[in-house]
Amino acid sequence: MLGALIIVFREVIEAGLIVGIVLAVTQGVPGRGAYVGGGLVAGLLGAALVAAFAGALADAFSGVGEEVFNAGVLALAVVMLAWHNIWMASHGREMAANLRQVGQAVAEGSKSMTALAIVVAVAVLREGSEVVLFLYGIAASGTAGFKDLLIGGMFGLALGCALSLLMFYGLVAIPVRYLFAVTTTLITFLAAGMAAQCVVFLQQAGFVTALSGTLWDTSAILPDDSIPGRVAHVLFGYVDQPSGAQALVYVLALAAIFVATRMAAPVQKPSVA
Amino acid sequence: MKTARISAILALASLFAAPALAQQATVHITIKDHKFSPSEPHAPANQPFAIVVKNLDSTASEFESKTLRVEKVVAPGGEITMQIRPLNPGRYHFFDDFHQDTTDGDLIVE
Repeated sequence: MLGALIIVFREVIEAGLIVGIVLAVTQGVPGRGAYVGGGLVAGLLGAALVAAFAGALADAFSGVGEEVFNAGVLALAVVMLAWHNIWMASHGREMAANLRQVGQAVAEGSKSMTALAIVVAVAVLREGSEVVLFLYGIAASGTAGFKDLLIGGMFGLALGCALSLLMFYGLVAIPVRYLFAVTTTLITFLAAGMAAQCVVFLQQAGFVTALSGTLWDTSAILPDDSIPGRVAHVLFGYVDQPSGAQALVYVLALAAIFVATRMAAPVQKPSVA
Repeated sequence: MKTARISAILALASLFAAPALAQQATVHITIKDHKFSPSEPHAPANQPFAIVVKNLDSTASEFESKTLRVEKVVAPGGEITMQIRPLNPGRYHFFDDFHQDTTDGDLIVE
């Protein structure tokens, strides 16, 4: 039961933290519920589909279908997050300034909302398909421990949702004028971590072979399959044994999104950064 | 102009695909009754190789190893292939992420 709880919990927090961040980012934007909810439902449906066709997917592209699919999904999320950041940098200040009376800005804002809905869908899709496969396996095996495992899985799901809610309320507690800076930074790290994860799948598929040596090993200090490690993995892309290629792509993505966001921001008086 | 661009892309693609196609060692592992067989397979050191995992159980498994840096779902009755980077000699732990308490093993690289 505990095993099932931990497995489901681990998968749920990965998607849940991202949903929490997206909800905090879009705080006060009317209609965001429909976008985030739509992304969530699309992700869940996609997860069930991916789970149903897991075998076919793995066989596609001469055996590396799953890696290509995962890498593609992650690359899409990185682009969407980067684009959201850049869009918010150029339009976000007016929006944040009159958050209560957004009016026209919201109509424009829906473009960026679509990007975030896609990010939600993609996050739920990736983690959800594993949960579906795992729970389906339990249901299918119908062994003696079936009930225990199912209860464990449900507890894991509930705990994952609870942690994501905490993340959301933690972010929302930040005063609005700082919230923008915090979420922009969060999304930049989130995207960089996803870009690095994308490299892992390309390495596993054999498409990327350069810089494959392990750069460092901090698995004794903060193992990335522990709960704090998982949270750090989602938020900052932490891995305890990264390859050189992973680290390189992480730094490049971080720098590229940071610079692009800076450049998109309107020129202003050198007061607060 | 257009064909030149396409052939350039193809050339680039083949550059990336080439290592995967090269002649290489393959390690075969089977999952049955939530046990890996062999549970201590051997692989050559300092050269890239592939791991092929066949799942004979009726439940899905996820072959995972932190030190090998792989993580991949194996459908019931399915088979997966993963590319592994050149490794130093040593033991590399792997497990089934969906059945961690019963299903694990070590890859011996020498």
